[in-house]
Amino acid sequence: MNYFELVRLGLPEIILVLTALAVLAVGLIRNRLAGVCSGIAAAGILFAAAAVLRLPPHAALAHGMLVVSPLNSLFQVICLALAFFTVILARGDRVLPNDGEFLALILLATIGLLLLISSEELLMIFIGLELTGLSLYILTGFDKPDPLSAEAGLKYFLFGSVASAFTLFGISLIYGLTGTTELGAIGPRLAAHALEPLLLAGVVMTLIGFLFKVAGAPFHLWAPDTYQAAPIPAAAFIASGSKVASFVVLGKILLIALRDVPGEAGWHALVAGWSPVLAVVAALSIVIGNLVALTQKNVRRLLAYSAVAHAGYTLVGLVAHGTDGFAATLFYTTIYALTLIGAFGVVGFVRRETGGVDLADFAGLSARAPLLAGCMAVFMLSLAGLPPLAGFFGKFYLFSAAFRAPGAAHGLLWLVALALGGSLVSLYYYLIVLKAVFLDEATTSGCALRPHLLPRLTITLLAALVLLFGVFPSSLLDRILAALAS
Amino acid sequence: MMAWTIYLTFAGAALVLLLPRFLARWVALGTAVAGFGLSATALFAPGADFARLTTIVRVPWVPALGMNYHLAADGISLTMTFVTGLTAVCAVLFSWKIEERPNEFFFWFLLVVGGSYGVFLSADLFLFFVFYELVIAPKYFLIAIWGSTNKEYGAMKLTLYSFLGGVLVFIGILAAYTTAETLDLAQLSHFAFPAPLQIWAFPVLFLGFAILAGIWPLHTWAPTGHVAAPTAGSMLLAGIVMKLGAYGALRVALNLFPLGFAFWSKWIAVFAVIGIVWAAAVALRQNDLKFVIGYSSVSHMGFVLLGLAAANALGVSGAVLQMFSHGVIGALLFGLAGVIYYRTHTRNLDDLSSLRLNRRMPFIAFAFVMASAASLGIPGFSGFAAEITILIGVWKTYPIAVWITGLGMVLVAAFTLRALQKTFFGNERQHIPRPIVGLQPLPNEPIIFAEKLGASLLIVATLVVGLDPKLLLDRIEPAVRAMRFLQP
Repeated sequence: MNYFELVRLGLPEIILVLTALAVLAVGLIRNRLAGVCSGIAAAGILFAAAAVLRLPPHAALAHGMLVVSPLNSLFQVICLALAFFTVILARGDRVLPNDGEFLALILLATIGLLLLISSEELLMIFIGLELTGLSLYILTGFDKPDPLSAEAGLKYFLFGSVASAFTLFGISLIYGLTGTTELGAIGPRLAAHALEPLLLAGVVMTLIGFLFKVAGAPFHLWAPDTYQAAPIPAAAFIASGSKVASFVVLGKILLIALRDVPGEAGWHALVAGWSPVLAVVAALSIVIGNLVALTQKNVRRLLAYSAVAHAGYTLVGLVAHGTDGFAATLFYTTIYALTLIGAFGVVGFVRRETGGVDLADFAGLSARAPLLAGCMAVFMLSLAGLPPLAGFFGKFYLFSAAFRAPGAAHGLLWLVALALGGSLVSLYYYLIVLKAVFLDEATTSGCALRPHLLPRLTITLLAALVLLFGVFPSSLLDRILAALAS
Repeated sequence: MMAWTIYLTFAGAALVLLLPRFLARWVALGTAVAGFGLSATALFAPGADFARLTTIVRVPWVPALGMNYHLAADGISLTMTFVTGLTAVCAVLFSWKIEERPNEFFFWFLLVVGGSYGVFLSADLFLFFVFYELVIAPKYFLIAIWGSTNKEYGAMKLTLYSFLGGVLVFIGILAAYTTAETLDLAQLSHFAFPAPLQIWAFPVLFLGFAILAGIWPLHTWAPTGHVAAPTAGSMLLAGIVMKLGAYGALRVALNLFPLGFAFWSKWIAVFAVIGIVWAAAVALRQNDLKFVIGYSSVSHMGFVLLGLAAANALGVSGAVLQMFSHGVIGALLFGLAGVIYYRTHTRNLDDLSSLRLNRRMPFIAFAFVMASAASLGIPGFSGFAAEITILIGVWKTYPIAVWITGLGMVLVAAFTLRALQKTFFGNERQHIPRPIVGLQPLPNEPIIFAEKLGASLLIVATLVVGLDPKLLLDRIEPAVRAMRFLQP
């Protein structure tokens, strides 16, 4: 293998590694100047994004371990953008005692995401999964004085390890059946196999790790605690970046490697494969996520259960196995990630002001910080799926792709109807949050803080993006479709 | 030109958030008047082609999915935009004295108006659905923040019901889109959908629209929501938003799935008639003035659905005329109820009957008599013209329905006259008034010019159309006759 080629193609990851080390070093030396660390981290991410944009359109290295393609580059840029927003929001959060380490961990997690996206080989994917996961576990438990944070970190770690174990075992089964771990090579070799139990076991086990990462029921039990107790920038990054990368990888595995065992998930036309598995997980996620979110009083836990529900909606696109469904999944998870970072930004502001994030703490936000309240309205209504916001178009595209799924005509109607019913239920709890923001009088005597300029700009920018992608979805959609076509 | 109604309204909404408080209502009024002017010009333009959907603007929007930003209008659309403009202007006038957070109030208000213009002018199914769902969130905030009785419950119930309707419409739209692979309404209305698809997709799609139109038994959101809403909110909701559902049923459901419509039309007529009689009977038992008017809205919308179910040119034209007529009358009734409530701080009929309002608020009493006459269906007012057209059309298809509706109209007369008599012409000596908290002495709060203007505009509108219904029917009927679901 030509190491010069490796450096050239892996330049974004290398830049991020150097940045992480630099941030770590600076954080140790100058403990109090948190701004310097954030600045270095943000600059490093921007350089890495520039490096991604300068990569050649198509290249491959070492049996799919590092693949450069328009799809991979696009989503590497998106993940870097999400990391960038997270770093800026971390700046606005209360000053963490070990700022350098926090930011270094975020950068390491981002490297894991980039590895996940750019590899089309199962072992490399696993490495990316583990790198991301380990960084995120530590980030979750980073708030040392808070026992809830430690509990959340431990839960995330235990769940994650077990899920990764399942995935590794599934990968080994698939390797055993096909003799290769390269996604492109697995596909044709699996076509020769009948649908034997070993194959099915391998497929399902492989999926478990990814379904855990996207918080699909019944692998979602880590999500409420993590979203509630992790430091807010960490929770924002878990909710956005790791989900986007996981869906990209999941889609690639399903549509390239496992493309010959899809099965059907039609109502009276079930055929064994990964599609019915995803359909069941999606249905469970939608039902559990929405119903339990109804009872939440803590906004962060509410966002966690809504994340489970949205994982369900996004999986519907993958159930409709096809390019259209995959494009819809990618579009929806991208705008969902933007929305969640923005929502967590507002949550962070409220937490700084009042010390808590219950519904009662949001009361009167529209009087204290009208711009942030407006942005929160944009985020909540986009999650509910109301036009002219991006969530509406995303859901329309997802469900129309599901309706059009090849196979039994309108076979996925049951899943679409369930998802729409879930949306109806979700409208209730998103409106409850907005009711607190716009209607209720402030009960707690929180001081009206002026939000820092940079986080305020970021949240407003994210709200503007959500509105933009709702009114002009072509700007994102055409890029995704072009990337998928090649 | 007509596209500017949408743009101006949304621009006004954005502007109203940024300007100081005292300018908010003027910007809202200016925007509403501009929209009204444009729609009136388009409706009464000589030589316009009212039969076909004439394209106003068409640009590709999301080419990958075949979505175009396509606006078009025919006689029906222009009639509905006209009533939207008129109701919007009068609603702003009736809200002239709003004090609490006027910027946000007019922001959400103008979003509803702009979304309504969009629905009536859309000729692309996705664009139609965007505008249709756009009005859901503003409705919640309008009611929950500025409303009165039970506002949080009423707002949530109304919003969730509207979204439920939207969910059903979504499924129907997906069925049509994925089968015909086009979103253009003109193309869809000529596409031959397979009969099995129409049989299941039509009731889903129609029910989704009909929920917003207040079909029985999914109508209970309407009285609760209208009562909870502030005056301008109720005027918009009863005047325009309920018509969005009826328009959607006409333009989308009936036109796209004619076979499904022919299969299910009897049931539509049944539920419509039940709605007319049921709502009228319930209205007779109400003690809150706004609840009476809310249930009368449901009853009158039952006429619209009945006219649609008749499936002939007369019935459907009458239904569209009733959409216009009830838009005006409902807005007028809710506006007047708001004026009364603002001054007396009560809507209880028994309390009002001890106040001798016919002496203290003569103009409002006069206006309310006019509105009641129009609501009753007295000839000379638009309500009569619409209802008689509907009934003649329905007679050809379901004669029994006409008999039952006739009995229902007796109930309508009963509850309207009861409300009128108790509100304005009650006898002081007959009833010992309960002490009303916050009762303002009436002569100190005279009616303002804005409210008089709003009421007068609406009265003139219903009188003019009532005395010369051909003014609107000449524009509505050609468009109706061009639809393919009519059974001669």
